[in-house]
Amino acid sequence: MTIDVEIRNVTKSFDNLTALDNINFQIRQSEILGLLGANGSGKTTLLKILALIEKPSQGQVFFNKAAVTEQNISAARLETTMVFQKTTLFGTTVHNNVAYGLKMRKLPKDEVESRIKEALKTVRLEGFEKRSAQKLSGGEQQRVALARALALKTKLLLLDEPTANLDPRNASIIEEAIEATNRESKTTIVIATHNMFQAKNLPQRIALIEKGKISESGTPTEIFGKLSKTLASFAATENTFSGQAKITEQGTTIIDIGNDTHIEASAQREGSVSIFISPEDIILSKTPLASSARNTLKGKITEIADLDSLVKLKIDAGKPFSVQITKRSFNEMNLQLNADVYIAFKASSVQML
Amino acid sequence: MTSIWDGIIKAFQLIFSGDPTVYEVTIRSLLISATAVLIAALWSIPIALFLGTRNYRGKLFIKGFFTAMIGLPTVGLGLILFLILSKAGPLGFLHLLYTPTAIILGEAILITPLIIILTTRAIEDVDPEIKNLAKTLGASEAQAAMAVLKEASSGVFLAGIASFNRAVAELGVAQLVGGSIAGLTEVLTTGIALETARGNLELSIAWTTILLAVVFGITLATLVVEAYQRRRK
Repeated sequence: MTIDVEIRNVTKSFDNLTALDNINFQIRQSEILGLLGANGSGKTTLLKILALIEKPSQGQVFFNKAAVTEQNISAARLETTMVFQKTTLFGTTVHNNVAYGLKMRKLPKDEVESRIKEALKTVRLEGFEKRSAQKLSGGEQQRVALARALALKTKLLLLDEPTANLDPRNASIIEEAIEATNRESKTTIVIATHNMFQAKNLPQRIALIEKGKISESGTPTEIFGKLSKTLASFAATENTFSGQAKITEQGTTIIDIGNDTHIEASAQREGSVSIFISPEDIILSKTPLASSARNTLKGKITEIADLDSLVKLKIDAGKPFSVQITKRSFNEMNLQLNADVYIAFKASSVQML
Repeated sequence: MTSIWDGIIKAFQLIFSGDPTVYEVTIRSLLISATAVLIAALWSIPIALFLGTRNYRGKLFIKGFFTAMIGLPTVGLGLILFLILSKAGPLGFLHLLYTPTAIILGEAILITPLIIILTTRAIEDVDPEIKNLAKTLGASEAQAAMAVLKEASSGVFLAGIASFNRAVAELGVAQLVGGSIAGLTEVLTTGIALETARGNLELSIAWTTILLAVVFGITLATLVVEAYQRRRK
Protein backbone atom coordinates (compact mmCIF):
# COMPACT_ATOMS: atom_id res chain seq x y z
CA MET A 1 0.00 0.00 0.00
CA THR A 2 3.02 2.27 -0.27
CA ILE A 3 4.12 4.53 -3.07
CA ASP A 4 7.24 6.42 -4.02
CA VAL A 5 6.52 9.78 -5.60
CA GLU A 6 9.01 12.05 -7.24
CA ILE A 7 8.67 15.25 -9.21
CA ARG A 8 11.54 16.19 -11.46
CA ASN A 9 12.11 19.63 -12.99
CA VAL A 10 8.38 20.42 -12.87
CA THR A 11 7.38 23.83 -14.17
CA LYS A 12 3.79 24.92 -14.70
CA SER A 13 2.82 28.11 -16.47
CA PHE A 14 -0.60 29.59 -17.12
CA ASP A 15 -0.32 32.11 -19.95
CA ASN A 16 2.35 34.49 -18.65
CA LEU A 17 2.16 33.34 -15.04
CA THR A 18 4.60 30.76 -13.69
CA ALA A 19 2.76 28.86 -10.95
CA LEU A 20 5.53 26.31 -10.36
CA ASP A 21 9.16 26.97 -11.17
CA ASN A 22 11.43 23.96 -11.74
CA ILE A 23 10.44 21.91 -8.72
CA ASN A 24 12.43 18.82 -7.78
CA PHE A 25 11.04 16.95 -4.84
CA GLN A 26 10.57 13.50 -3.41
CA ILE A 27 7.68 12.34 -1.27
CA ARG A 28 8.64 9.50 1.02
CA GLN A 29 6.63 6.33 1.43
CA SER A 30 3.86 6.49 4.04
CA GLU A 31 4.70 9.99 5.24
CA ILE A 32 2.40 12.92 5.88
CA LEU A 33 3.99 15.81 4.03
CA GLY A 34 2.76 19.32 4.76
CA LEU A 35 2.94 21.83 1.92
CA LEU A 36 3.03 25.14 3.69
CA GLY A 37 2.70 28.38 1.78
CA ALA A 38 0.71 31.56 1.36
CA ASN A 39 -2.31 31.78 -0.92
CA GLY A 40 -1.16 31.78 -4.54
CA SER A 41 2.21 30.22 -3.75
CA GLY A 42 1.53 27.20 -5.99
CA LYS A 43 0.34 24.62 -3.45
CA THR A 44 -2.90 23.75 -5.27
CA THR A 45 -1.17 23.57 -8.67
CA LEU A 46 1.42 21.19 -7.24
CA LEU A 47 -1.32 18.99 -5.75
CA LYS A 48 -3.21 18.97 -9.05
CA ILE A 49 -0.05 17.86 -10.85
CA LEU A 50 0.42 15.08 -8.29
CA ALA A 51 -3.26 14.14 -8.75
CA LEU A 52 -2.50 13.91 -12.50
CA ILE A 53 -5.33 16.27 -13.42
CA GLU A 54 -2.97 19.07 -14.42
CA LYS A 55 -0.10 18.49 -16.80
CA PRO A 56 3.25 20.11 -16.09
CA SER A 57 4.44 22.53 -18.76
CA GLN A 58 7.85 20.94 -18.28
CA GLY A 59 9.20 18.08 -16.18
CA GLN A 60 7.75 14.80 -15.07
CA VAL A 61 6.04 13.00 -12.22
CA PHE A 62 7.28 9.54 -11.21
CA PHE A 63 5.20 6.97 -9.35
CA ASN A 64 7.31 4.09 -8.00
CA LYS A 65 10.23 5.16 -10.22
CA ALA A 66 8.13 5.00 -13.42
CA ALA A 67 7.42 8.22 -15.30
CA VAL A 68 3.73 9.04 -15.68
CA THR A 69 3.02 9.29 -19.40
CA GLU A 70 -0.03 9.56 -21.66
CA GLN A 71 0.07 5.77 -21.95
CA ASN A 72 -0.08 4.94 -18.24
CA ILE A 73 -1.86 8.01 -16.83
CA SER A 74 -5.23 6.25 -16.42
CA ALA A 75 -3.68 3.45 -14.38
CA ALA A 76 -1.52 5.91 -12.42
CA ARG A 77 -4.59 8.03 -11.59
CA LEU A 78 -6.06 5.07 -9.72
CA GLU A 79 -3.13 5.27 -7.26
CA THR A 80 -3.96 8.80 -6.17
CA THR A 81 -6.92 10.98 -5.22
CA MET A 82 -7.42 14.54 -4.09
CA VAL A 83 -9.76 16.43 -1.78
CA PHE A 84 -10.27 19.99 -2.98
CA GLN A 85 -10.23 23.07 -0.78
CA LYS A 86 -13.62 24.17 -2.08
CA THR A 87 -15.83 21.21 -1.30
CA THR A 88 -17.12 19.74 -4.53
CA LEU A 89 -19.89 17.18 -4.33
CA PHE A 90 -22.06 15.48 -6.92
CA GLY A 91 -25.73 16.53 -6.72
CA THR A 92 -26.82 13.22 -5.28
CA THR A 93 -26.86 11.34 -1.97
CA VAL A 94 -23.91 10.88 0.39
CA HIS A 95 -23.91 7.17 -0.53
CA ASN A 96 -23.68 7.84 -4.27
CA ASN A 97 -20.95 10.43 -3.76
CA VAL A 98 -18.77 7.99 -1.85
CA ALA A 99 -19.66 5.17 -4.27
CA TYR A 100 -18.59 7.09 -7.41
CA GLY A 101 -14.87 6.29 -7.39
CA LEU A 102 -15.51 2.72 -6.24
CA LYS A 103 -17.83 2.17 -9.19
CA MET A 104 -15.22 3.65 -11.53
CA ARG A 105 -12.91 0.92 -10.23
CA LYS A 106 -15.61 -1.67 -10.97
CA LEU A 107 -15.42 -3.16 -7.47
CA PRO A 108 -17.96 -5.82 -6.49
CA LYS A 109 -21.16 -4.46 -4.93
CA ASP A 110 -20.45 -5.97 -1.48
CA GLU A 111 -17.01 -4.41 -1.45
CA VAL A 112 -18.47 -1.02 -2.50
CA GLU A 113 -21.02 -1.09 0.32
CA SER A 114 -18.54 -2.17 2.97
CA ARG A 115 -16.03 0.51 1.94
CA ILE A 116 -18.74 3.21 2.01
CA LYS A 117 -19.71 2.13 5.51
CA GLU A 118 -16.11 2.08 6.69
CA ALA A 119 -15.26 5.48 5.16
CA LEU A 120 -18.35 7.16 6.61
CA LYS A 121 -17.51 5.68 10.00
CA THR A 122 -13.98 7.13 9.81
CA VAL A 123 -15.39 10.63 9.27
CA ARG A 124 -18.20 10.00 11.78
CA LEU A 125 -21.05 10.24 9.30
CA GLU A 126 -22.65 6.84 9.87
CA GLY A 127 -26.32 6.85 8.93
CA PHE A 128 -25.90 9.76 6.49
CA GLU A 129 -25.97 7.50 3.40
CA LYS A 130 -29.39 8.54 2.13
CA ARG A 131 -29.01 12.26 2.88
CA SER A 132 -28.60 14.71 0.02
CA ALA A 133 -24.89 15.59 0.09
CA GLN A 134 -25.32 19.18 -1.05
CA LYS A 135 -27.85 19.89 1.71
CA LEU A 136 -25.41 19.08 4.53
CA SER A 137 -23.52 21.73 6.50
CA GLY A 138 -20.14 22.94 5.18
CA GLY A 139 -18.20 20.80 7.66
CA GLU A 140 -20.25 17.69 6.96
CA GLN A 141 -19.83 18.22 3.23
CA GLN A 142 -16.05 18.34 3.60
CA ARG A 143 -16.22 15.13 5.65
CA VAL A 144 -18.19 13.47 2.82
CA ALA A 145 -15.49 14.61 0.38
CA LEU A 146 -12.83 13.09 2.62
CA ALA A 147 -14.82 9.85 3.03
CA ARG A 148 -15.15 9.64 -0.75
CA ALA A 149 -11.36 9.85 -1.06
CA LEU A 150 -10.65 7.48 1.85
CA ALA A 151 -13.00 4.81 0.48
CA LEU A 152 -10.73 4.43 -2.56
CA LYS A 153 -7.78 3.37 -0.37
CA THR A 154 -5.35 4.98 -2.80
CA LYS A 155 -1.64 4.88 -2.05
CA LEU A 156 -1.35 8.65 -2.34
CA LEU A 157 -3.89 11.01 -0.78
CA LEU A 158 -3.74 14.72 -1.60
CA LEU A 159 -5.56 17.20 0.60
CA ASP A 160 -5.89 20.86 -0.31
CA GLU A 161 -6.57 22.91 2.83
CA PRO A 162 -8.94 20.23 4.12
CA THR A 163 -9.98 22.15 7.22
CA ALA A 164 -9.96 25.72 5.89
CA ASN A 165 -13.02 27.65 7.05
CA LEU A 166 -14.32 24.76 9.17
CA ASP A 167 -15.42 24.96 12.78
CA PRO A 168 -13.09 23.30 15.33
CA ARG A 169 -15.26 20.16 15.74
CA ASN A 170 -15.37 19.35 12.03
CA ALA A 171 -11.69 20.27 11.64
CA SER A 172 -10.62 17.91 14.42
CA ILE A 173 -12.73 15.02 13.01
CA ILE A 174 -10.99 15.51 9.66
CA GLU A 175 -7.53 15.73 11.23
CA GLU A 176 -8.17 12.55 13.25
CA ALA A 177 -9.35 10.73 10.12
CA ILE A 178 -6.21 11.83 8.24
CA GLU A 179 -3.93 10.63 11.04
CA ALA A 180 -5.77 7.32 11.38
CA THR A 181 -5.56 6.67 7.63
CA ASN A 182 -1.83 7.30 7.59
CA ARG A 183 -1.27 5.20 10.71
CA GLU A 184 -3.46 2.24 9.78
CA SER A 185 -3.14 2.06 5.99
CA LYS A 186 0.35 3.54 5.59
CA THR A 187 -1.14 5.92 3.02
CA THR A 188 1.22 8.62 1.79
CA ILE A 189 -0.52 11.94 2.43
CA VAL A 190 0.30 15.39 1.10
CA ILE A 191 -1.59 18.14 2.85
CA ALA A 192 -1.49 21.73 1.63
CA THR A 193 -2.19 24.26 4.31
CA HIS A 194 -1.51 27.76 5.44
CA ASN A 195 -2.67 26.87 8.94
CA MET A 196 0.53 26.98 10.99
CA PHE A 197 -0.94 25.02 13.86
CA GLN A 198 -2.07 22.22 11.57
CA ALA A 199 1.28 22.25 9.79
CA LYS A 200 3.07 21.96 13.09
CA ASN A 201 1.07 19.04 14.40
CA LEU A 202 -0.12 16.86 11.53
CA PRO A 203 2.79 16.33 9.09
CA GLN A 204 5.99 14.43 9.74
CA ARG A 205 7.75 16.62 7.18
CA ILE A 206 7.07 20.11 5.87
CA ALA A 207 7.95 21.72 2.56
CA LEU A 208 7.73 25.48 2.40
CA ILE A 209 6.50 26.70 -0.96
CA GLU A 210 7.01 30.27 -2.04
CA LYS A 211 6.33 31.81 -5.46
CA GLY A 212 6.24 28.42 -7.13
CA LYS A 213 9.44 27.12 -5.59
CA ILE A 214 10.10 24.83 -2.66
CA SER A 215 12.34 26.98 -0.53
CA GLU A 216 12.90 24.69 2.43
CA SER A 217 11.90 21.28 3.74
CA GLY A 218 12.39 19.46 6.99
CA THR A 219 10.66 18.22 10.11
CA PRO A 220 8.18 20.62 11.77
CA THR A 221 10.70 21.22 14.57
CA GLU A 222 13.43 22.09 12.06
CA ILE A 223 11.20 24.37 10.00
CA PHE A 224 9.51 26.20 12.84
CA GLY A 225 12.73 26.32 14.83
CA LYS A 226 14.45 28.25 12.05
CA LEU A 227 11.69 30.84 11.72
CA SER A 228 12.61 31.32 8.11
CA LYS A 229 11.85 34.43 6.10
CA THR A 230 9.41 32.46 3.94
CA LEU A 231 7.51 31.26 6.95
CA ALA A 232 7.34 34.72 8.47
CA SER A 233 6.31 36.35 5.18
CA PHE A 234 2.99 34.57 4.81
CA ALA A 235 2.39 33.63 8.41
CA ALA A 236 1.81 37.30 9.25
CA THR A 237 -1.66 37.07 7.75
CA GLU A 238 -2.81 34.31 10.07
CA ASN A 239 -2.56 35.43 13.69
CA THR A 240 1.19 34.89 13.74
CA PHE A 241 3.25 37.52 15.49
CA SER A 242 6.90 37.94 16.32
CA GLY A 243 8.20 39.56 19.47
CA GLN A 244 10.36 39.39 22.56
CA ALA A 245 9.42 36.79 25.18
CA LYS A 246 10.04 37.02 28.92
CA ILE A 247 9.23 34.38 31.51
CA THR A 248 7.10 35.72 34.37
CA GLU A 249 7.25 34.89 38.05
CA GLN A 250 4.11 32.78 37.63
CA GLY A 251 5.93 30.58 35.13
CA THR A 252 4.10 31.81 32.05
CA THR A 253 5.61 33.86 29.22
CA ILE A 254 4.73 37.40 28.22
CA ILE A 255 5.45 38.28 24.60
CA ASP A 256 5.66 41.90 23.50
CA ILE A 257 4.47 41.85 19.88
CA GLY A 258 4.69 45.61 19.39
CA ASN A 259 2.15 48.44 19.31
CA ASP A 260 1.87 48.11 23.08
CA THR A 261 0.32 44.67 22.70
CA HIS A 262 1.34 41.91 25.09
CA ILE A 263 0.34 38.26 24.86
CA GLU A 264 0.59 35.71 27.64
CA ALA A 265 1.52 32.14 26.73
CA SER A 266 1.62 29.08 28.97
CA ALA A 267 4.81 27.62 27.47
CA GLN A 268 8.10 29.03 28.68
CA ARG A 269 10.48 30.74 26.29
CA GLU A 270 12.87 33.68 26.38
CA GLY A 271 14.10 35.95 23.58
CA SER A 272 12.86 36.26 20.00
CA VAL A 273 9.83 34.10 19.32
CA SER A 274 6.99 33.80 16.87
CA ILE A 275 3.57 32.94 18.18
CA PHE A 276 0.41 31.70 16.57
CA ILE A 277 -3.16 31.78 17.82
CA SER A 278 -5.74 29.73 15.93
CA PRO A 279 -8.70 31.94 14.86
CA GLU A 280 -11.07 29.30 16.25
CA ASP A 281 -9.55 29.64 19.74
CA ILE A 282 -10.41 33.31 20.09
CA ILE A 283 -13.61 34.28 21.89
CA LEU A 284 -15.27 37.46 20.72
CA SER A 285 -17.50 39.57 22.94
CA LYS A 286 -18.98 43.06 23.07
CA THR A 287 -17.98 43.57 26.70
CA PRO A 288 -14.95 42.29 28.65
CA LEU A 289 -15.54 38.72 29.85
CA ALA A 290 -14.89 37.47 33.36
CA SER A 291 -13.18 34.21 32.40
CA SER A 292 -10.08 32.12 32.89
CA ALA A 293 -8.64 33.40 29.59
CA ARG A 294 -5.31 35.11 30.35
CA ASN A 295 -5.47 37.33 27.26
CA THR A 296 -8.18 39.96 26.76
CA LEU A 297 -7.66 42.69 24.17
CA LYS A 298 -9.90 45.54 23.07
CA GLY A 299 -10.19 46.19 19.36
CA LYS A 300 -12.27 47.32 16.40
CA ILE A 301 -13.81 45.20 13.66
CA THR A 302 -12.04 46.12 10.41
CA GLU A 303 -13.23 43.37 8.09
CA ILE A 304 -16.14 40.93 7.90
CA ALA A 305 -16.03 37.91 5.56
CA ASP A 306 -18.88 35.46 5.10
CA LEU A 307 -17.74 31.82 4.91
CA ASP A 308 -20.81 29.62 4.54
CA SER A 309 -21.79 28.72 8.13
CA LEU A 310 -18.98 30.77 9.62
CA VAL A 311 -18.02 34.43 9.65
CA LYS A 312 -14.38 35.50 9.69
CA LEU A 313 -13.60 38.87 11.23
CA LYS A 314 -10.44 40.94 11.33
CA ILE A 315 -10.02 42.75 14.62
CA ASP A 316 -7.51 45.54 15.05
CA ALA A 317 -6.34 45.17 18.65
CA GLY A 318 -2.99 46.88 18.28
CA LYS A 319 -2.16 44.07 15.86
CA PRO A 320 -4.59 42.52 13.37
CA PHE A 321 -6.27 39.37 14.68
CA SER A 322 -8.39 36.93 12.65
CA VAL A 323 -11.37 35.57 14.54
CA GLN A 324 -13.80 32.92 13.38
CA ILE A 325 -17.33 32.68 14.78
CA THR A 326 -20.53 30.96 13.69
CA LYS A 327 -23.01 32.88 11.58
CA ARG A 328 -25.59 32.44 14.32
CA SER A 329 -23.35 34.11 16.91
CA PHE A 330 -22.56 36.86 14.42
CA ASN A 331 -26.26 37.59 13.90
CA GLU A 332 -27.14 37.37 17.58
CA MET A 333 -24.34 39.76 18.53
CA ASN A 334 -25.42 42.18 15.79
CA LEU A 335 -21.82 42.98 14.90
CA GLN A 336 -20.97 45.84 12.55
CA LEU A 337 -17.81 47.19 10.95
CA ASN A 338 -15.83 49.56 13.22
CA ALA A 339 -17.69 48.31 16.30
CA ASP A 340 -15.66 48.03 19.53
CA VAL A 341 -15.22 44.43 20.64
CA TYR A 342 -13.11 42.35 23.00
CA ILE A 343 -11.13 39.28 22.07
CA ALA A 344 -10.08 36.70 24.63
CA PHE A 345 -7.97 33.57 24.46
CA LYS A 346 -6.23 31.25 26.88
CA ALA A 347 -2.49 31.34 27.43
CA SER A 348 -2.50 27.67 26.39
CA SER A 349 -3.97 28.64 23.00
CA VAL A 350 -0.84 30.61 22.19
CA GLN A 351 1.44 28.37 20.16
CA MET A 352 5.14 29.22 20.23
CA LEU A 353 6.75 28.47 16.92
CA MET B 1 -67.21 33.41 -39.03
CA THR B 2 -66.23 30.31 -37.10
CA SER B 3 -65.66 31.07 -33.47
CA ILE B 4 -62.61 29.78 -31.60
CA TRP B 5 -64.99 28.18 -29.12
CA ASP B 6 -66.60 26.10 -31.89
CA GLY B 7 -63.15 24.93 -32.91
CA ILE B 8 -62.28 23.89 -29.36
CA ILE B 9 -65.55 21.92 -29.09
CA LYS B 10 -64.77 20.32 -32.44
CA ALA B 11 -61.30 19.38 -31.13
CA PHE B 12 -62.82 17.55 -28.16
CA GLN B 13 -65.35 15.86 -30.45
CA LEU B 14 -62.50 14.70 -32.69
CA ILE B 15 -60.43 13.45 -29.76
CA PHE B 16 -63.26 11.59 -28.07
CA SER B 17 -64.98 10.29 -31.22
CA GLY B 18 -61.93 8.08 -31.76
CA ASP B 19 -61.32 9.57 -35.22
CA PRO B 20 -58.34 7.50 -36.47
CA THR B 21 -56.94 10.43 -38.52
CA VAL B 22 -56.56 12.55 -35.36
CA TYR B 23 -54.63 9.85 -33.54
CA GLU B 24 -52.56 9.00 -36.62
CA VAL B 25 -51.53 12.61 -37.30
CA THR B 26 -50.91 13.36 -33.61
CA ILE B 27 -48.80 10.24 -33.07
CA ARG B 28 -46.87 10.90 -36.31
CA SER B 29 -46.13 14.46 -35.14
CA LEU B 30 -44.92 13.22 -31.77
CA LEU B 31 -42.78 10.45 -33.22
CA ILE B 32 -41.18 12.67 -35.86
CA SER B 33 -40.35 15.44 -33.38
CA ALA B 34 -39.16 13.09 -30.64
CA THR B 35 -36.90 11.28 -33.12
CA ALA B 36 -35.57 14.63 -34.33
CA VAL B 37 -34.71 15.59 -30.72
CA LEU B 38 -32.90 12.31 -30.10
CA ILE B 39 -30.94 12.54 -33.34
CA ALA B 40 -30.05 16.21 -32.79
CA ALA B 41 -28.94 15.36 -29.24
CA LEU B 42 -26.43 12.87 -30.66
CA TRP B 43 -24.30 15.62 -32.15
CA SER B 44 -25.47 18.62 -30.12
CA ILE B 45 -24.53 17.29 -26.66
CA PRO B 46 -20.89 16.49 -27.54
CA ILE B 47 -20.60 19.95 -29.12
CA ALA B 48 -22.14 21.50 -25.99
CA LEU B 49 -19.75 19.54 -23.76
CA PHE B 50 -16.84 20.88 -25.79
CA LEU B 51 -18.18 24.44 -25.70
CA GLY B 52 -19.14 24.32 -22.02
CA THR B 53 -16.04 22.74 -20.51
CA ARG B 54 -13.17 24.22 -22.49
CA ASN B 55 -11.80 27.68 -22.99
CA TYR B 56 -10.30 28.61 -26.32
CA ARG B 57 -10.11 31.49 -28.73
CA GLY B 58 -13.25 31.99 -30.82
CA LYS B 59 -15.57 30.39 -28.24
CA LEU B 60 -17.70 33.52 -28.03
CA PHE B 61 -18.00 33.65 -31.81
CA ILE B 62 -19.13 30.00 -32.01
CA LYS B 63 -21.66 30.53 -29.22
CA GLY B 64 -22.86 33.69 -30.93
CA PHE B 65 -23.28 31.80 -34.20
CA PHE B 66 -25.40 29.06 -32.62
CA THR B 67 -27.42 31.61 -30.64
CA ALA B 68 -28.22 33.48 -33.86
CA MET B 69 -29.10 30.21 -35.58
CA ILE B 70 -31.88 29.61 -33.01
CA GLY B 71 -33.80 32.24 -34.95
CA LEU B 72 -33.33 30.46 -38.27
CA PRO B 73 -36.61 30.80 -40.24
CA THR B 74 -38.14 27.35 -40.64
CA VAL B 75 -39.33 28.16 -44.17
CA GLY B 76 -35.79 29.19 -45.16
CA LEU B 77 -34.34 25.95 -43.79
CA GLY B 78 -37.18 24.00 -45.44
CA LEU B 79 -36.40 25.62 -48.79
CA ILE B 80 -32.65 24.83 -48.55
CA LEU B 81 -33.41 21.23 -47.63
CA PHE B 82 -35.97 21.01 -50.44
CA LEU B 83 -33.31 22.09 -52.93
CA ILE B 84 -30.78 19.62 -51.51
CA LEU B 85 -33.22 16.68 -51.38
CA SER B 86 -35.09 17.33 -54.63
CA LYS B 87 -34.29 15.12 -57.61
CA ALA B 88 -31.86 17.66 -59.09
CA GLY B 89 -30.26 18.35 -55.70
CA PRO B 90 -26.99 16.87 -54.39
CA LEU B 91 -28.82 14.35 -52.17
CA GLY B 92 -31.68 13.70 -54.59
CA PHE B 93 -30.49 10.14 -55.15
CA LEU B 94 -31.52 9.29 -51.57
CA HIS B 95 -35.21 9.83 -52.50
CA LEU B 96 -35.94 11.34 -49.11
CA LEU B 97 -38.14 14.23 -50.26
CA TYR B 98 -41.73 13.97 -49.01
CA THR B 99 -40.89 11.27 -46.46
CA PRO B 100 -41.07 11.40 -42.64
CA THR B 101 -37.26 10.90 -42.65
CA ALA B 102 -36.84 14.22 -44.48
CA ILE B 103 -38.93 16.00 -41.83
CA ILE B 104 -36.95 14.32 -39.02
CA LEU B 105 -33.65 15.43 -40.56
CA GLY B 106 -34.90 18.96 -41.16
CA GLU B 107 -36.27 19.32 -37.63
CA ALA B 108 -33.07 17.86 -36.16
CA ILE B 109 -31.05 20.53 -37.99
CA LEU B 110 -33.55 23.21 -36.94
CA ILE B 111 -33.31 22.42 -33.22
CA THR B 112 -29.55 21.75 -33.13
CA PRO B 113 -28.59 25.36 -32.20
CA LEU B 114 -31.27 25.43 -29.48
CA ILE B 115 -30.02 22.19 -27.86
CA ILE B 116 -26.39 23.30 -28.16
CA ILE B 117 -26.95 26.70 -26.56
CA LEU B 118 -29.24 25.56 -23.74
CA THR B 119 -27.06 22.54 -22.93
CA THR B 120 -23.87 24.63 -23.06
CA ARG B 121 -25.43 27.09 -20.63
CA ALA B 122 -26.43 24.23 -18.29
CA ILE B 123 -22.91 22.75 -18.45
CA GLU B 124 -21.31 26.15 -17.80
CA ASP B 125 -23.43 26.41 -14.66
CA VAL B 126 -21.95 23.17 -13.28
CA ASP B 127 -19.11 23.59 -10.79
CA PRO B 128 -15.99 23.59 -13.02
CA GLU B 129 -14.21 21.32 -10.54
CA ILE B 130 -16.67 18.45 -11.15
CA LYS B 131 -14.69 17.24 -14.15
CA ASN B 132 -11.43 17.28 -12.19
CA LEU B 133 -13.16 15.66 -9.24
CA ALA B 134 -14.40 12.77 -11.37
CA LYS B 135 -10.89 12.30 -12.75
CA THR B 136 -9.32 12.25 -9.28
CA LEU B 137 -11.82 9.51 -8.41
CA GLY B 138 -10.61 7.41 -11.32
CA ALA B 139 -12.90 8.48 -14.17
CA SER B 140 -11.64 8.56 -17.76
CA GLU B 141 -12.09 11.70 -19.89
CA ALA B 142 -15.38 10.31 -21.26
CA GLN B 143 -16.64 9.27 -17.81
CA ALA B 144 -15.70 12.69 -16.41
CA ALA B 145 -17.64 14.36 -19.24
CA MET B 146 -20.62 12.16 -18.39
CA ALA B 147 -20.36 13.24 -14.74
CA VAL B 148 -20.53 16.88 -15.85
CA LEU B 149 -23.51 16.11 -18.07
CA LYS B 150 -25.26 14.34 -15.21
CA GLU B 151 -24.80 17.39 -12.99
CA ALA B 152 -26.30 19.50 -15.80
CA SER B 153 -29.19 17.08 -16.30
CA SER B 154 -31.91 19.57 -15.30
CA GLY B 155 -30.73 22.01 -17.95
CA VAL B 156 -30.29 19.26 -20.55
CA PHE B 157 -33.82 18.10 -19.76
CA LEU B 158 -35.13 21.61 -20.35
CA ALA B 159 -33.16 21.83 -23.61
CA GLY B 160 -34.89 18.62 -24.69
CA ILE B 161 -38.37 19.93 -23.88
CA ALA B 162 -37.76 23.31 -25.52
CA SER B 163 -36.39 21.74 -28.68
CA PHE B 164 -39.19 19.18 -28.84
CA ASN B 165 -41.73 21.98 -28.58
CA ARG B 166 -39.90 23.95 -31.28
CA ALA B 167 -39.87 20.87 -33.55
CA VAL B 168 -43.48 19.83 -33.03
CA ALA B 169 -44.74 23.38 -33.56
CA GLU B 170 -42.69 24.25 -36.68
CA LEU B 171 -44.34 24.36 -40.08
CA GLY B 172 -41.80 25.40 -42.73
CA VAL B 173 -39.64 22.26 -42.78
CA ALA B 174 -42.59 19.84 -42.46
CA GLN B 175 -44.44 21.64 -45.26
CA LEU B 176 -41.56 21.96 -47.74
CA VAL B 177 -39.80 18.61 -47.33
CA GLY B 178 -42.78 16.62 -46.02
CA GLY B 179 -45.45 17.91 -48.35
CA SER B 180 -48.31 17.14 -45.93
CA ILE B 181 -49.28 13.94 -47.70
CA ALA B 182 -52.29 12.42 -45.94
CA GLY B 183 -51.43 9.12 -44.29
CA LEU B 184 -47.70 9.61 -44.85
CA THR B 185 -46.22 12.98 -43.93
CA GLU B 186 -49.17 14.99 -42.60
CA VAL B 187 -48.39 16.38 -39.15
CA LEU B 188 -50.36 18.69 -36.83
CA THR B 189 -48.88 21.95 -38.12
CA THR B 190 -49.25 21.08 -41.80
CA GLY B 191 -52.79 19.93 -41.00
CA ILE B 192 -53.56 23.37 -39.55
CA ALA B 193 -52.14 25.11 -42.63
CA LEU B 194 -53.97 22.79 -45.01
CA GLU B 195 -57.38 23.09 -43.34
CA THR B 196 -57.01 26.89 -43.09
CA ALA B 197 -56.21 27.06 -46.82
CA ARG B 198 -59.25 24.94 -47.53
CA GLY B 199 -61.42 27.26 -45.44
CA ASN B 200 -62.11 24.61 -42.76
CA LEU B 201 -61.38 27.02 -39.94
CA GLU B 202 -63.27 24.94 -37.40
CA LEU B 203 -61.04 21.97 -38.16
CA SER B 204 -57.85 24.01 -38.17
CA ILE B 205 -58.75 25.46 -34.74
CA ALA B 206 -59.39 21.89 -33.60
CA TRP B 207 -55.89 20.85 -34.83
CA THR B 208 -54.42 23.90 -33.10
CA THR B 209 -56.12 22.96 -29.84
CA ILE B 210 -54.77 19.42 -30.07
CA LEU B 211 -51.26 20.73 -30.83
CA LEU B 212 -51.38 23.07 -27.83
CA ALA B 213 -52.73 20.30 -25.61
CA VAL B 214 -49.89 18.00 -26.72
CA VAL B 215 -47.24 20.67 -26.07
CA PHE B 216 -48.69 21.61 -22.66
CA GLY B 217 -49.26 17.99 -21.65
CA ILE B 218 -45.78 16.78 -22.53
CA THR B 219 -44.05 19.83 -21.05
CA LEU B 220 -45.98 19.50 -17.80
CA ALA B 221 -45.39 15.76 -17.55
CA THR B 222 -41.64 16.09 -18.12
CA LEU B 223 -41.35 18.98 -15.66
CA VAL B 224 -43.17 16.94 -13.00
CA VAL B 225 -40.82 13.98 -13.57
CA GLU B 226 -37.80 16.29 -13.47
CA ALA B 227 -38.97 17.99 -10.25
CA TYR B 228 -39.52 14.58 -8.65
CA GLN B 229 -36.03 13.44 -9.57
CA ARG B 230 -34.50 16.67 -8.29
CA ARG B 231 -36.26 16.24 -4.95
CA ARG B 232 -34.79 12.75 -4.66
CA LYS B 233 -31.22 14.05 -5.04
